[in-house]
Amino acid sequence: MMKVKSFILAGLLAFAPAMAMNGQALAQNEAAASAAATPVDADPRSSDPGAPADSADANVANVSAAAPAPKVAAPPRMKPTEGIGMPRPGEITLQQQFTDTGRTARWLHDVMLLPIITIISLLVLALMLYVMVRYRRAANPIPSKTSHNTVIEVVWTVVPVLILLAIAVPSIGLLADQYRPAPKDALTVKVTGYQWYWGYEYPDAGIPEFVSNMLPEDKAKANGEPYLLAPDNRLVLPVGRPIKLIITGADVIHSFAVPSLWVKMDAVPGRLNEKSFTIDKPGVYYGQCSELCGARHGFMPIAIEALPPAQFDQWVLSQGGTLTGGTAAPAGQMGPQQGSTLPGPPASEAGTTTL
Amino acid sequence: MTTITADHHGDHAHGHDHDADHKPAFFQRWFMSTNHKDIGTLYLIFAIIAGIIGGAISGLMRAELAEPGIQYLQTWARFSDGPSATLDQAYHLWNVLITAHGLIMVFFMVMPAMIGGFGNWFVPIMIGAPDMAFPRMNNISFWLLIPAFTLLLGSAFVPGGTGYGAGTGWTVYAPLSTSGSAGPAVDMAILSLHIAGASSILGAINFITTILNMRAPGMTLHKMPLFVWSVLVTAFLLLLALPVLAAAITMLLTDRNFGTTFYDAAGGGDPELYQHLFWFFGHPEVYIMILPGFGIISQIVSTFSRKPVFGYLGMAYAMVAIGVVGFVVWAHHMFTTGMSVNVKMYFTAATMVIAVPTGIKIFSWIATIWGGSISFKTPMVWALGFIFLFTVGGVTGVVLANGGVDDVLHDTYYVVAHFHYVLSLGAVFGLFAGFYYWFPKMSGRMYNEFLGQLHFWVFFAGVNLLFFPMHFLGLSGMPRRYPDYPEAFAYWNGIASHGYEVMAAGMLIFFVNLIWSLAAGRKAEGNPWGEGATTLEWTLTSPPPFHQFETLPVVD
Repeated sequence: MMKVKSFILAGLLAFAPAMAMNGQALAQNEAAASAAATPVDADPRSSDPGAPADSADANVANVSAAAPAPKVAAPPRMKPTEGIGMPRPGEITLQQQFTDTGRTARWLHDVMLLPIITIISLLVLALMLYVMVRYRRAANPIPSKTSHNTVIEVVWTVVPVLILLAIAVPSIGLLADQYRPAPKDALTVKVTGYQWYWGYEYPDAGIPEFVSNMLPEDKAKANGEPYLLAPDNRLVLPVGRPIKLIITGADVIHSFAVPSLWVKMDAVPGRLNEKSFTIDKPGVYYGQCSELCGARHGFMPIAIEALPPAQFDQWVLSQGGTLTGGTAAPAGQMGPQQGSTLPGPPASEAGTTTL
Repeated sequence: MTTITADHHGDHAHGHDHDADHKPAFFQRWFMSTNHKDIGTLYLIFAIIAGIIGGAISGLMRAELAEPGIQYLQTWARFSDGPSATLDQAYHLWNVLITAHGLIMVFFMVMPAMIGGFGNWFVPIMIGAPDMAFPRMNNISFWLLIPAFTLLLGSAFVPGGTGYGAGTGWTVYAPLSTSGSAGPAVDMAILSLHIAGASSILGAINFITTILNMRAPGMTLHKMPLFVWSVLVTAFLLLLALPVLAAAITMLLTDRNFGTTFYDAAGGGDPELYQHLFWFFGHPEVYIMILPGFGIISQIVSTFSRKPVFGYLGMAYAMVAIGVVGFVVWAHHMFTTGMSVNVKMYFTAATMVIAVPTGIKIFSWIATIWGGSISFKTPMVWALGFIFLFTVGGVTGVVLANGGVDDVLHDTYYVVAHFHYVLSLGAVFGLFAGFYYWFPKMSGRMYNEFLGQLHFWVFFAGVNLLFFPMHFLGLSGMPRRYPDYPEAFAYWNGIASHGYEVMAAGMLIFFVNLIWSLAAGRKAEGNPWGEGATTLEWTLTSPPPFHQFETLPVVD
């Protein structure tokens, strides 16, 4: 009942060309991406809603191009908070968590697992140091011939079993928690991994797929964002509303991972993997592809921009989408925004300049 | 059983030497060998060469990762991809390096050294047999490794997709390895695995037959030294796991070249099928690498504590249990592939079970030392290092076993730290312990004790400096298989690269010791370790005669 719906979609039409003629399809992807990105350069979020259109599917691009121009400006690009939603320099712990399951899981690691494994390691170390000193040849020239002790053997079999049971109970509970299906009103977003960028599509809101490429170093720095973590277009999500990501891969296996939300789900061609969570604080949460996917595996980062519901709705409208569920703020109230704070590199530039 | 073995070494006993050994001439001895000790030596030489290459590759990787940014990759890419190598080809080269490092260390360093080297050398002697059951098959097992290794190294110089070489990771996941890697490089790597796998299967058959049929009178299964037990269990794992790998990568080959769609959803296949098949082999494979190490450590701890192994039966059957359970936990390598919650719960629970027999082994080693009379010779020091570091690697395995926690750690440096603690610090410490332990027996000369101790301490410091910070990198989210990383990961990566330098200095000491000892080491007596060394190899001269036990020993 709580199963993740992972269907094998044999002959999934959209993927067929990419899989059959990988090289050629790739070239087309890049061409489409750079073509689609051109308007973004002129005026990033507020211009053509379909601007960063689906690079793999020409039909979607056509549909979005025909959509009426939105009258709502996108909310300004959120500045990331240093050390939140990204690794901190020299950090030795898990990243701060911004979902319920993330906090539960981090609790399991920090409060149960880490102390237990530390104590076990120190116990073994202490025992070893003791025997090394106590039974060195100078201190104990005549060895004993003891080679059995049933009691102690039963003890060191049963005690680990009990410890593992103690770990297993919350661990299994955590799994059940992570697999709780999203409610009906959850916002569905389709995430597609490509070589080597991400595509995001909002079927509920009617926003066609747009792609997300890594920002080149100078642009990321100019933007005040961490290089190698910052993409041009972010996956924009609402705070406090359940989200259901449908994750798939277009060419090879990728993995959609955001450490500060405790999310990691493989993007497998021909499968639709589901991941549900609710973000509880506005912010920018970075992640990176986590399954080897070819040359630029290390260069297809992920950023989730979590907005308060009103601003999220504004963003949906600015992309030409329609509001479904959630709290819809009247579009007019938001007023014009400085969408142009975004430096707005062409979607393809991060990719092509490195070639 | 005696008559069978007598037949076998009759046919190359020509060229009577001045000493009582009947050694054939150089070419026959080393290239047409049917002698388990000579083949063992060949395996060890092969493993050392492969280890140097695999270790040098990790040096290249640590150099590149020492600082953020791409420093050297593009320069190196010019050697394989020509002077106009692009940045993408440089990134591809990174993937080639990680792939080669993994495959070389697993298939061409640890396995040949553990099973082919020490297994060949000491399993027949320890059970009181004159040789392996199938000496010619033993020879072909070794010589198959040469074309396998040549194919793998050669694959770096042919096209493999974005650049030259196979950049698929050692797991060779489809579809990256099928539609994602054009060119012959991946085909060559797959064929290399086929041949190395065939070599291992033949070796496994040989060990099983030898151990089950050729034990000396009185050497019952429950009297066998634990090293022999470990090789027996390992051989069964090889025999059951490798055919599955062979099937998986054969389907990869046909998907790549003959239009089948086993792993292609567009044709009704499934990329996940490959992962299930691969890890059904891949998880037993990690026990194949570590179990002989367990056996070596048991022998050494007992020898230098002058005490019999504590809980012998528990130790032997703990290895059997690890082997059996090792076959039903494979999907913990696939926790993020989108499996159902029930499957994930099962694999979480099953994986944690493995901690129980492993714990029995750790505690039994300590109990063996308890009450003993320890001398801290080099092999013992390595064995003690093994016990502690393997524990550290084992407990992080318990963390990773939790499917819900693994969601954030999967495919990060935490996993890299975990498996290097159990393999690079576990299996490799076991190898060095065994090497120093048996070096006097194999070569007839003592190693230099001071250099051996120095090697241990430098190497110990180096590998901990190298791999411990990787836990921190993984916890804070650094993914594996990345040639470049955000600024935040710079600190611990820098430390790790310095750790590599220290480790490499340790290896230099090892090679100095090796060359010095072979050339000028003190002559070793038959049993240099004293009363604690009770297994049969110590009843022979050092080195043993070319053919030992022509009259079978009787074990009481």
